[in-house]
Amino acid sequence: MSYVAHLVKSFTLWEFVKAHALTLKYFFKPKATINYPFEKNPLSPRFRGEHALRRYPNGEERCIACKLCEAVCPAQAITIEAEPRDDGSRRTTRYDIDMTKCIYCGFCQEACPVDAIVEGPNFEFATETREELLYDKAKLLANGDKWERAIAANLAADAPYR
Amino acid sequence: MTEYFQSLGMSYEWAWGVATIVGILLIALPLMLAVAMIIYADRKIWAAIALRRGPNVVGPFGLLQSFADGLKVFLQETIIPSSANRGLFLIAPIITFTVALMAWAVIPFNSGAILADINVGLLYILAISSLGVYGVILSGWSSNSKYPFFSAMRASAQMISYEVSIGFILIGVVLFADSFNMNDIVKAQQGHGLGFVNAFGFNLLLFPLAVMFLISALAETARAPFDLTEAESELVAGYQTEYSSMSFALFWLGEYANVLLMCALNAILFWGGWLPPVDWAPLYAVPGIIWLFAKILFFFFVFSWVKATVPRYRYDQLMRLGWKIFLPISLFWVFLISGYLMLTRYS
Repeated sequence: MSYVAHLVKSFTLWEFVKAHALTLKYFFKPKATINYPFEKNPLSPRFRGEHALRRYPNGEERCIACKLCEAVCPAQAITIEAEPRDDGSRRTTRYDIDMTKCIYCGFCQEACPVDAIVEGPNFEFATETREELLYDKAKLLANGDKWERAIAANLAADAPYR
Repeated sequence: MTEYFQSLGMSYEWAWGVATIVGILLIALPLMLAVAMIIYADRKIWAAIALRRGPNVVGPFGLLQSFADGLKVFLQETIIPSSANRGLFLIAPIITFTVALMAWAVIPFNSGAILADINVGLLYILAISSLGVYGVILSGWSSNSKYPFFSAMRASAQMISYEVSIGFILIGVVLFADSFNMNDIVKAQQGHGLGFVNAFGFNLLLFPLAVMFLISALAETARAPFDLTEAESELVAGYQTEYSSMSFALFWLGEYANVLLMCALNAILFWGGWLPPVDWAPLYAVPGIIWLFAKILFFFFVFSWVKATVPRYRYDQLMRLGWKIFLPISLFWVFLISGYLMLTRYS
């Protein structure tokens, strides 16, 4: 009997008919994806996107060239050179991040004692050449200036859990 | 149309030549446009079933996506692998494309609106679709690369296997229509079902053939679930792996022109072609080409729907289906139909 049932099932393409009925139902369902470039998902305050070097409100750069981020970086994407500035404070002369090496683990911002290097909420920084992804200090500081409000808000939102 | 050009003062030979060229353009140009839109529709339907949006940025609702893709492909460099056989490598996509267009010569768009009203239209289609194998096998062979070669072997074996059963399926239709002429096949379907349905498909003897033809058409055009020739997970991109730019686009266009052809054949052979679905006088006010077009679009939807639903077959399953299931059944059906007709029509 089961053999006959199997024969009837396969000759009437029953499984296929059922599958197509199911997919037709899905055809008319609302879309599960968002309309990306026009709609975006909300991001967590902890989202780790493009890097930025922040400044204090008075315009002084936060980074003190402790090189903790360079040391902790598992991808060795960060290169720092430092020497004392004219006023005697220790500052970086070079702060490069190779964004093609970076794995966005967030260890650099965890390591930073002064919240200077952070990973901001920006994830749309695709470039047409590889060289554009070798960020230098000017680019990182510019990112910091551009994203400061969002970064500060995210840090404040995440602060109670740290 | 020949008479019209003759009335302009041309000799019969010139008028015939000009009329034929105009006819070819009248079919080929809208066909190219239809192929572009059908690629868009394919992506959109597939996306909708996967709960995605599909192309929606280029033009209103993304309607111009295919043209943007075409332009992109057109502007790319044509790369010919250094170890490829240049002549064959370049001629293969041209064969595929040309053959895909050639078959449209015998497709009737309306009563008598047919480029070549030959009395063996169906045989012509079978012959042309067999020629289509050459484009595939030449491209796979001349690329001088492993994956295209595997793909070409698979494709040719697959197409040949399914052409056998398609041949027997078509014999069933020919027996009922009593003609190989495409126009006569459509006309024979007028009122075929219970005296008012214009389709062979609702005939209980022909419905299984219609389903088998649909499945064979999927295999013949290497559409999912029988897209083993371009199984990405195994063969990179199949026989077109080494192709780029326009030669790649020609494959693409030819493939979809073939898909449209198979949809048109489904509509013409089993579902009444340019006849309205029901033999009711007011429906004949709608031009036949619109009925044919609606049916082609419906079958294209079915093709996309199947593509979105059924996972790819294994190669041995494909061969088993072709040789051990479709071939015996279609052979038996030829016997069944001819026996039925002997008893009813010719006794």
